[in-house]
Amino acid sequence: MANAFLSIEQLTQRYPDGNGGEFTVFENASFGIEKGEFVCILGHSGCGKSTIMNILAGLAEPTSGVVKMDGQHVSGPSLDRGVVFQNYSLLPWLTALKNVTFGVQARFPDWDKAKVIEHSTTFLAKVGLTGDAIHRKPSQLSGGMRQRVSIARAFANEPKLLLLDEPFGALDALTRGTIQDELIKVWSDTDQTVFMITHDIDEAILLADRILLMTNGPNAQVAESVEITIPRPRNRTDIVEHPNYYAIRNHLVHFLGQRSAELSGQSGGSGMHQPKTVRIDVTDEADDPEPAPVLRAVEG
Amino acid sequence: MIGTLSENKKAALLSVLILLVGCFIWEMSIPAQKAVEELTEYERLTGGGQPKAGVPPPSQVLGKAWEQLSDPFYDAGPNDKGIGIQIGYSIYRVLTGYLLAAVIAIPLGFLIGMSSVAYKALNPFIQVLRPISPLAWMPLALFVIQDSEMSAIFVIFICSIWPMLINTAFGVAGVREDWVNVARTHELGALKTAFTVILPAAAPTIVTGMRISIGIAWLVIVAAEMLVGGTGIGYYVWNEWNNLDLTSVIFSILMIGVVGMLLDSMFGLLQRTVAYTE
Ligand SMILES: Nc1ncnc2c1ncn2[C@@H]1O[C@H](COP(=O)(O)OP(=O)(O)OP(=O)(O)O)[C@@H](O)[C@H]1O
Ligand SMILES: [Mg+2]
Repeated sequence: MANAFLSIEQLTQRYPDGNGGEFTVFENASFGIEKGEFVCILGHSGCGKSTIMNILAGLAEPTSGVVKMDGQHVSGPSLDRGVVFQNYSLLPWLTALKNVTFGVQARFPDWDKAKVIEHSTTFLAKVGLTGDAIHRKPSQLSGGMRQRVSIARAFANEPKLLLLDEPFGALDALTRGTIQDELIKVWSDTDQTVFMITHDIDEAILLADRILLMTNGPNAQVAESVEITIPRPRNRTDIVEHPNYYAIRNHLVHFLGQRSAELSGQSGGSGMHQPKTVRIDVTDEADDPEPAPVLRAVEG
Repeated sequence: MIGTLSENKKAALLSVLILLVGCFIWEMSIPAQKAVEELTEYERLTGGGQPKAGVPPPSQVLGKAWEQLSDPFYDAGPNDKGIGIQIGYSIYRVLTGYLLAAVIAIPLGFLIGMSSVAYKALNPFIQVLRPISPLAWMPLALFVIQDSEMSAIFVIFICSIWPMLINTAFGVAGVREDWVNVARTHELGALKTAFTVILPAAAPTIVTGMRISIGIAWLVIVAAEMLVGGTGIGYYVWNEWNNLDLTSVIFSILMIGVVGMLLDSMFGLLQRTVAYTE
């Protein structure tokens, strides 16, 4: 873990609580992410997911603890860590294309203009944006199109680590599906590492290699790391047929519905809080599967 | 037939109608002045027949306008210059003072908007200086600068600086943190961030401040030139009033309005080019 591509060590975040005291969002959170991994983090609203992501991005400083990427301390934002913000964060006075070239120019300052434009249009095309749509301003694009521009901007910069904060939160199920496919497509073409926040259990199972589960705040912990034992390429219609799918899904639903509250606030004092690794694989009988909880039909 | 016209055309038609009716009422309500030959001996003796300082009818103003605008740049000595020259002087003063103000207000506003310490430190000064009537500075300016031309420019400077300063600070402080974070995650330097993110984001607010400033500057220059004298449209109005030439006074009042409108619409255009919808 200590020599993982990205390692988060004893991260603690406290904020003043408004009455002169302070409250702890999370304490001593520690986990690692391997190179090329796609990791999703699930947890209830307010448990500190965005806070963790802002720290990983270098946009915020933790109260204590360190983040290392490739063995280097993360301090301040960097082009090596691309961010797709929850609300797209496109610059509204620039066209879709210019929003992407804005990033590409910053990343590759010695490229000439033609090359920057070519590279940017390639990535816009990868997320399905072509034609005159790329010459429109964000206000003239639909929510899904804006989100795609935002993803194209992040991917075009070819960062080592991509951080996505609920990137599909505001989209309808259909658009969500298409962009998820596009995201997976772009990700599998590269060796990028992705860390993504989501509220959607099915989305997490579809996309992730591993899902981190957070207990409720305050004093939240990254309690479990659930491996998604479903082979790729995955596809949203076939994936539900896989024997592991419901076993994993039930485990996640059970965690979020019940255990996240039970476990919450169990401050384990000091020391590293490594998440417990959970591997659910009913196809592999040697590994004793987690007893599948009888909680279903709860929409994430 | 009228029903088929577009809304704009209807409005334009109505405007022309209002103008014509207004001029007609104005023309009709002014009693015709007697020609000098028709005056009685008595009237002549009591001075009742002096070219009366009555309000001239629109036809006369129109004639004056024609006469002045057909040769706007003549120069026949210090008290007799064409309207074009007078307006030119005023515009020159307004623009000089205004640009000086912009050069200081916009960068300073940026600083104030970016740093809450700078904002808090400078705010009391701004709050005290801002409500001062620009003309109240005039005596001090004349005394310190000792030059009427420069004093007029200074007065323009001091009155146009506040809306630009306040709007720039306000616009810069209000730039969405997300956009600044976009700049940060792209490792843009401070200067690059200022020019490629903060400036375009705050531009609509800044230009609104610039538009307010140019309006105030144009209001103030007339008053300032009345005090300072010499040249300029304000001086021209005052001079014609002293000559009891009300036709010229009314004509120049209209010109002040027209130039003010043109200045304002220039900034309206600029406002439209920097506007964006989120
Ligand atoms: N700047 C701040 N000052 C004080 N408290 C803060 C600040 N930022 C976040 N918090 C608190 O930290 C906690 C975690 O916030 P965070 O935004 O990380 O939650 P989240 O897990 O991303 O929630 P959501 O799923 O709703 O986005 C919340 O209780 C929030 O009130
Ligand atoms: Mg959040």
